[in-house]
Amino acid sequence: MSENKGEIKKMMIILSKATLENVYAAFVLANGARMEGIESEIFFTFFGLEAVHKKKMNSLHIATVGNPAMHIPTMVGGLPGMEALATSMMKKEMAKLDMPEVSEFLEILSDSGVRMWGCKLAVDMFHYKKEDLFEGVEEIITVGDFYKRSEGEGVHMLFI
Amino acid sequence: MEKVIAGKTIHVNEEGFMTDFKEWDNTIGEALAAENELSLSPRHWEVLTYLQNEWKNEVPLSIRKIGKSGVVDIKEFYQLFPKAPLKTATKIAGIPKPASCI
Repeated sequence: MSENKGEIKKMMIILSKATLENVYAAFVLANGARMEGIESEIFFTFFGLEAVHKKKMNSLHIATVGNPAMHIPTMVGGLPGMEALATSMMKKEMAKLDMPEVSEFLEILSDSGVRMWGCKLAVDMFHYKKEDLFEGVEEIITVGDFYKRSEGEGVHMLFI
Repeated sequence: MEKVIAGKTIHVNEEGFMTDFKEWDNTIGEALAAENELSLSPRHWEVLTYLQNEWKNEVPLSIRKIGKSGVVDIKEFYQLFPKAPLKTATKIAGIPKPASCI
């Protein structure tokens, strides 16, 4: 941490989940970095790929089961329609805060210079093609490629 | 705290943002831009004027709103003010730093 007084130069964010709250967390962190003049990149892996899948990105849900902060009993959270209900409530609140939909947020990230990558292993596993993904995803790369991109001083890595 | 710039005394906070917009003028804007390694083109001025007007109308500023402003898109905004665009542009414009996370 002694290098440049610990100045953060680049955020390397790995998004492995497609629950809405995790996707937004990754996007806000990536965008927030760019707003502060910090470089940022996102590596979409496993379910995180759904956040950049053209057909899926705008129908992501928040998790109502296994999420104690929802303050609803797990069994109730598992009832049909609960996730959709909670998601639509959360989306309304987010709209009030001027939070964009996933697809629009991706455009903002891309225009702001956030570099985005798909994980090769996960893309192969889900049988996705590069064309299925948001255009801002530059390439499908391996974890090794991602580590290579993360070399340098002041680079921080974050797993979501 | 006080700061002398372009031959004038202005009041700024600890991050260098002006605390009294009435003290701001174009020469101060240019000097603040130079401190941020920028020289202002007519496009910069259009954006700065837009930001000042939004602030005067008490509209909270965010990257998303700027993208939809019709004045500048997000890509060009980052080209004009490459490092921390919203922070840098508001600082040069003499208005407070926006509290937005997006």
